[in-house]
Amino acid sequence: MAEDKTKIQEDTRKILVKWKTKRGSLIMALHEIQGAFGYVPWDAMEVVAEELKIPMAQIYSVLTFYNYFKLTAPGKVVISICDGTACHIKGGQSVIEAFEKELGVPAGTTTEDGLFYIQIVRCLGCCGLAPVVVVNGKTYGRVTPLDAPKIVAEWRETMAKEGV
Amino acid sequence: MVKLTIDSKVVEVPEGTTILDAAKSAQIKIPTLCHHPDLPPTAACGICIVKVGNRMVRSCCTPVAEGMEVITRDPDIIEARRTVLKLTLSKHPNECLTCLKNETCELRKLSADFGIRDTEFANITPSKEEMPLDDSTKSIVLDPRKCILCGRCVEVCQNVQNVWALSMLKRGINTHISPAADNKLGDSPCIKCGQCTAHCPTGALTERDDTQYVWSLLQDPEKYCVVQIAPAVRVAIGEAFGYKPGEITTGKIYAALRRLGFNAVFDTNFGADVTIMEEGSEFIERFVNGKGALPLITSCCPAWVDYMEKYFSDMIPHFSSCKSPHEIVGALAKTYYADKVNVPTEKMRVISIMPCTAKKFEILRSEEMFSSGFQDVDVSLTTRELARMIKQAGIDFVNLPEEEADSPLGSYTGAGTVFGFSGGVMEAALRTVHAVVTGKEMPEDALEVKPILGLDKGIKEMTMDLNGKEVRIAVAHGIGHVQALLEKVREAEQKGEEPPYHFIEVMACQGGCVGGGGQPLGVTDEIRKARMEGLMKDDRGSKQRCSHLNPDVKKLYDEFLGKPLSERSHHLLHTSYQKRELYKK
Repeated sequence: MAEDKTKIQEDTRKILVKWKTKRGSLIMALHEIQGAFGYVPWDAMEVVAEELKIPMAQIYSVLTFYNYFKLTAPGKVVISICDGTACHIKGGQSVIEAFEKELGVPAGTTTEDGLFYIQIVRCLGCCGLAPVVVVNGKTYGRVTPLDAPKIVAEWRETMAKEGV
Repeated sequence: MVKLTIDSKVVEVPEGTTILDAAKSAQIKIPTLCHHPDLPPTAACGICIVKVGNRMVRSCCTPVAEGMEVITRDPDIIEARRTVLKLTLSKHPNECLTCLKNETCELRKLSADFGIRDTEFANITPSKEEMPLDDSTKSIVLDPRKCILCGRCVEVCQNVQNVWALSMLKRGINTHISPAADNKLGDSPCIKCGQCTAHCPTGALTERDDTQYVWSLLQDPEKYCVVQIAPAVRVAIGEAFGYKPGEITTGKIYAALRRLGFNAVFDTNFGADVTIMEEGSEFIERFVNGKGALPLITSCCPAWVDYMEKYFSDMIPHFSSCKSPHEIVGALAKTYYADKVNVPTEKMRVISIMPCTAKKFEILRSEEMFSSGFQDVDVSLTTRELARMIKQAGIDFVNLPEEEADSPLGSYTGAGTVFGFSGGVMEAALRTVHAVVTGKEMPEDALEVKPILGLDKGIKEMTMDLNGKEVRIAVAHGIGHVQALLEKVREAEQKGEEPPYHFIEVMACQGGCVGGGGQPLGVTDEIRKARMEGLMKDDRGSKQRCSHLNPDVKKLYDEFLGKPLSERSHHLLHTSYQKRELYKK
């Protein structure tokens, strides 16, 4: 972990070189940091606070105001659950709840083992299959809450086989 | 000047005045909730809406314009305000009877004024399990369920105090106040100044209530309870009993404390006099004898100490090592006094009554707070907590005959009492330093060094002649003003230049302790000033106005401490500092 921290902070410092001298560049800098790491790590925020001279309280307010920013590393298995109009009407909400219950974390977060990440999306373009769930590119249609444990188990197995 | 009409009354006010203030000048009171005279308007709540023509605007943030016609009350406006209140109450727990803020809650008062009985909106307050209390500090309790998102605490924490512990996180219905990363206050940059508790209109931010613990100590026949009151308490606690801000009630407080059951009643002002003996000597060591870093910076204020350790730890060599006055009284009570009355130290408990929430944290901040071999001060109560205890005990404070404090830690000089407002510690130090260095007492008309007193400016500067040598002095109050001052010192140090100042006083709260985070609520500059004038009156009425002339202080040094900065003084009356992280993870 200590090594991770040093690496994250070094990379962040490099990213910030061009933003340091410009006022009002916090959001742009955070965008670029998320682009580099897939999320905005606390260790990176510390460097932002120091280099841009912006208090952590303000950085965190901005990060939590916009849904776009992620504060935890997305898991290796990304479960995208659709809550667009068609999926919502067909019970998308109960599918979301079923996955949250199965994995024990709320949508928008990663499980403690870093394996699964649940994200809610708006329309995946296959409303005929509603409610739809896409896991690492594989599409599941007409998903019911009872499918959640099965899908999670399937991916646990897949990942175990790949040695993750 | 701008001319307008408010409720058909012609009003003339300077350009830039808000409708709210213009109405006030015409004796029209527009109700407010998120507005506070100390802070810029956040326009969060919508209670203060008025009509300008057919438009409804928020009067707290709308400036007046020539010829404007404002209506502040009609059925539409009243209805809109009632709706705002009902919506606010729909996400606020109905726990008024058991809430610490109960009678001082601004939301409760407004709901009473507007006669809110039933409401058509369901109550969606999260449960205590869903939204737990943050009691991670010894000083401040944050109950986010009671927060109405007015933004006052965030404004005062970030922009007035420059501490940046509290922030608004998330958005919409999920918005809440919290330190970054939903850390607890105790793991955040919070310096416990308590200004958030002084500005919160509801029970979301309060002092930690330690009164039950004090009751249990007072009822324990095995305990010998010693109490002391800080300078700023005597000119503020009266407000809880109908006195005007600034009225001196020292004798009544002593009497009330005896009736509560304390075995000995002392005064922190005595400790302030001792602080001056120690800190004054430290200054002379550094300024006259060239031993140690300049400027010397005062260290009486625990919120300031916490801030410095977190944000400016490179300034540690500049800090006076002297403890704050109530810690000095605590250490002396459990050694010098305990010996005199032959009370075993393990049976003695020292309770401080302070205008401050940070003092609750200070009593445990380092091992030096245990210099007597026991915890030197056991409990620190705020002015507000003592007022509640007096009410609970059924003591008729107003009609109480005045009493005196006990000997030997109860007498004080005018210099001790001025510790309670910004500039006072410096004032007191200069009186004694002048006498020691020149061998002559300051003439009466030179006391009250004007440029450093008063509350109009955040940073006050002056120079003084000390035996032909110029002393450069700065005084800051409201911790937000400190950064600029310290950066100047830091810069000079880095460039190897002469320091810009020799002596700096800092108090974390605006106005100093008179405006402390533990004082009676509803503070404004007017009230801070009235309390300050009360203390100045106390100073002028004192027999002695210089700390070194306090006969009990002289006796203390003769009998017990030897001389200032002696080995025993260092052990009991001094402390050390360390760098602290902003966030604990």
